[in-house]
Amino acid sequence: MRALRAVGRRVGRRLVASAPALLGVVVFTFLLMRVLPGDPAVFFASGPNAGQEEIDELRRVLGLDRPIPVQLAHYLYDVGTGNLGRSLTTGQPVLRDLTERLPASLELTVTALILALGLALPLGILAALRPGSLLDHGVRLVCSLGVCVPTFVSGLLLIYVFYVVLGIAPDPTGRLDIFAASPPDITGFLLVDFLLVGDMEGWRAAAAQLVLPAATMALFTLAPLARMTRASMLAVLGSDFVRTAKSIGLGRGRVVLVYALRNALLPVITITGIVFSTMLGANVLVEKVFSWPGVGSYALDALLGSDYAPVQGFVLLMASAFVIVNLVIDTLYGIADPRVSIE
Amino acid sequence: MIPPLLQVEDLHVEFATRRGRVQAVRGVSLDLLPGATLGIVGESGSGKSVTAYAVTRLLDRAGRISSGRILFRDQDLTRASEGDMRALRGGAISMIFQNPRSALNPIRSVGRQLMDALGAHQDLSGRERRDRALDLLRDVLIRDPERRFEAYPHELSGGMCQRVMIAMAVACDPALLIADEPTTGLDVTTQKTVMDLLARLTAERNMGMILITHDLGLAVQYCGDVAVMQEGQVVERAPAATLFRAPRHAYTRRLVAASPTPRSTVQDLVGEPPRPPPPPRPQAAGTPLLLEVRDLVKRYAGFAAVDGVSFSIRPGESLGLVGESGSGKSTISRLICRLIDRSEGTILFDGQDVGGIPARDFHANPLRREIQIVFQDPHDSLNPRYNAFDCIAHPLKRMLGLRDGAKLRARVEECARRAGLPTELLTRFPHQLSGGQKARIGIARAIAARPKLLVLDEPTAALDVSVQAVILKLLDDLRREEGLAFLFVSHDLNVVRMMCERTIVLQQGRIIEEGDSRALFAAPCADYTRELLAAIPHFDPAPALAG
Repeated sequence: MRALRAVGRRVGRRLVASAPALLGVVVFTFLLMRVLPGDPAVFFASGPNAGQEEIDELRRVLGLDRPIPVQLAHYLYDVGTGNLGRSLTTGQPVLRDLTERLPASLELTVTALILALGLALPLGILAALRPGSLLDHGVRLVCSLGVCVPTFVSGLLLIYVFYVVLGIAPDPTGRLDIFAASPPDITGFLLVDFLLVGDMEGWRAAAAQLVLPAATMALFTLAPLARMTRASMLAVLGSDFVRTAKSIGLGRGRVVLVYALRNALLPVITITGIVFSTMLGANVLVEKVFSWPGVGSYALDALLGSDYAPVQGFVLLMASAFVIVNLVIDTLYGIADPRVSIE
Repeated sequence: MIPPLLQVEDLHVEFATRRGRVQAVRGVSLDLLPGATLGIVGESGSGKSVTAYAVTRLLDRAGRISSGRILFRDQDLTRASEGDMRALRGGAISMIFQNPRSALNPIRSVGRQLMDALGAHQDLSGRERRDRALDLLRDVLIRDPERRFEAYPHELSGGMCQRVMIAMAVACDPALLIADEPTTGLDVTTQKTVMDLLARLTAERNMGMILITHDLGLAVQYCGDVAVMQEGQVVERAPAATLFRAPRHAYTRRLVAASPTPRSTVQDLVGEPPRPPPPPRPQAAGTPLLLEVRDLVKRYAGFAAVDGVSFSIRPGESLGLVGESGSGKSTISRLICRLIDRSEGTILFDGQDVGGIPARDFHANPLRREIQIVFQDPHDSLNPRYNAFDCIAHPLKRMLGLRDGAKLRARVEECARRAGLPTELLTRFPHQLSGGQKARIGIARAIAARPKLLVLDEPTAALDVSVQAVILKLLDDLRREEGLAFLFVSHDLNVVRMMCERTIVLQQGRIIEEGDSRALFAAPCADYTRELLAAIPHFDPAPALAG
C-alpha cells in the first residue's frame, strides 16, 4: 500500500514535469519545419508552371503568409484542441492518419521487443554464468553482428533467405496478404483483432507477415539488451548478497534466479525503456523495406514532401510516447526496487 | 578425547592474477573442538579471510585450493561435491560477513530472506517458516519483529542488518559459525551488542565459532584460542590470555605492541621510549585563540546534524572529537575546514570570522592554506591520475604560487621527507602504493602549505594497526616539531587519548563532555562517555611488555 502510494505520487509528478518538455518539442519542431528549405505552396501548386499568383493564393489559404509567431499561436491553439492539422499528401486529418498507422508500428515494435528480450535475457544470463567460455564469445559475436549490420541489409537478407530461397515466408509486403480478409477494426492491432473474432487462420497469416520485420528489428536491439544483462548479471553474481545466498545453502537455481537475476534486471529495465522508445521512431527503415504501413514511413514521406502537419504530429507523438514509456519504466522500477521510493 | 569439529591440515590456497599465481594461504593448519571459539587475527593480506572462504568453498572464481585437507566431522571438504557443500552451507557451517548491509539482498524483505534460509535445509510449510523467522528475529533481539519482517535492508541500521545476518546464519542450527570481521565499520557500542549476541547464541546452541578479525582486543575478549596469521601462515597459536600476555613470535609481539590500550602512549606503539607530553607553549598574554567556535549549528532538511557546539583550540594544541556515527563529528570537521556552510554560529580563525565566507569561495581566501585536512580514506582522497609528486605539489602551486621547478621540487621532497615518504616513491601513482604510503602522501599534501591547523578526519581508520602505529607516531612528531594545532576526529577513543590534550565527546550533534584527555578517560563524568569506554574491547598486556 505504502509502495503503491509512492508510485502514484511519482507518476503524477512525472506527468506534470513532462508538460514543459512536450511544449518545447512542439515549438521546436514547428520552428524547425519553418527554417527547413522547401515551400509547401510551391510543392502543392498545380504544376511546375504554376504562376506566382497561384502560389501566393495557396500560401494565403494555408496561412503561410502570416508572421511566424501568429502561425505558432494558431498551431498551439489547434494542438491544444486536439487538431493536428491536415496532411496535404493524404488529404486526411493528421490525427486520423496517425491513429490508423500507430497500431501497425506498435504491433511491430512490441513484437520485436518481446522477441529481443526473449533471446537477450537467456543469452545474457548464460554468458554471465560462464564468462570467457565458448558460449560467451558466441553471444558476443551474435550481438556484434546484430549491431554492425544495418536493418535494411539484415531485412533484405532475411527476405532473400526465407522468402526467395526457402520460400517459407509470405510475400513481405504490408501487414496482411492483399487477398486475405482483414478483421474488423477493433483495436487496430491485427493479432489482437483476429483473436477477438476467433479467426485463427487470419491470425496465423498476420503473424507470418510480422515475423520477418520483427526479427529484423529484434536482431538490431539484441545487442544492448544482451550485453546489459550480461554485465549487470556479472556484477550481481560477484556481489556480497549472492555470496550470502550461497553461504546459507540455497540451491543454484534459486541463487541465480531469485537473488541474482531480480537484482540484475533493474538496469535492464531502464535500457529496455530506452530501446523501446528508440525502436518506435527508428523503425522507418524496416517499415520501408517491408512496406509496413506504420507511422515512421508516413512521417518520412511527409518530410520529403515538405508536408508540415504530419511531421509535426509525428514528432509530438514520439515525444509523448517517450514520456509514457519513461513513466511506465519508472513505475516498474519503483515496484521492482524498494530503495527508489525514498526520495 | 572428543574428535575435533573442524581440522584444517596444511592448507594452500592460490589465486590466479594477471601477474601469475599468488599464494594467499601457505600451509595453514588449524583445529576446532565442538562448541569452542577460535579467533584468527592478522592484518590485511594475511590470508585470514581466504582461509575461511576455503573452508566454506566460497572462494572467488580466481581462487583455488591447491593442496591440503579440510576435515569437517571427518569429511574432507576439499573433495566434497558441490551438492554436498550446498547441504553443509547454512545447515552445518554458516558464515557472517563484513559490511552487513551489502551482505543482504537489497530488494528482498529481511523476513523473506530469513524464510529462504530456513527453507534451504528444512522442509517446512510457509506458515511454519514465517513463525520460525519471527522467532529468530526475536532471538537476535530485534524489537517489533512483525514490523521489521517486511523491512528492506536499507531501512535498517548497520547493526540491525548484522543481527538479521546472524539470524540467517543460525537459522538451521549449524555446528560451526564463521564470522568474518562481523563488526568492522560498526560503532563501538553496536559492536559490543552484536558480539555479545553472537557469544550468547553460540554458547546456547553449542556452536563452534571462528572469529576473523584485525582487532586483537576483540579476539581476546570473545575467543578461547587465538591464532595469529601473517603472510598466509599461522605464526602463533595459543589460548587468548597467554598469547597476549606472553607472545612468543616476533610478529605477534609487534602486533600486541601496536594495538592501542587504555594505558599506551604513541611511543609504546612503535616500541620507543616514552617522551614527555609537549610542554605547553609559552603564551604571551592576549595571544588570540587559533580557533574559536561558538554555537555552531548545521541543519540538513530541518534535522540538526550539529546542534549548538562551542569549543576553542589554542595555537599548537591538539583537540580530539569522539562520538559514534551520526554524532556530527565529521560534519564539524568539514565546517571548520570550510568545505560546507554553517547554518548558524560563528567560526573565528586567528581572530578572523571565517564562518561567513561561503564554502565555495574559501579556496581563494588566503586563510585556506592555514587550515588543511587529512581525509579518512587514504586511497579515495588521492587523484588516481596524479602521481605522488603532483599530489603534494598541487597545493604548493595553487596556494603558494610556487611555479619554479627547482624550488617546487625541493619543497615537495622536503614535505615527503617530513611525512616519511621515500623520495624515490614520488613518481608512483596511488594504485602502486600501499595504504600506509598513501596516508603519508595525504599528510605531506596537508602540511605542504605550512598550515597552522590540521584537521584529521579519522586519518588511520582504514589502516592496519601496525601501520596506524607508525602514522600516529609521525603525526605526533610533526605536531611537536612544527607547532601545528590538531583537530583530531576519531571513533577510536584510545587513539584520541594518546594524540590529544583535550577531548570533546559528541552525541547527536551536541557536546556531552569536554575536558583534559587523561582526566576524562580516567574518570568520565557523563554516562554516555562511560558507556563508550566500557564498550571498547580491551586486553592488558603485562606491564613488563609495555617498555
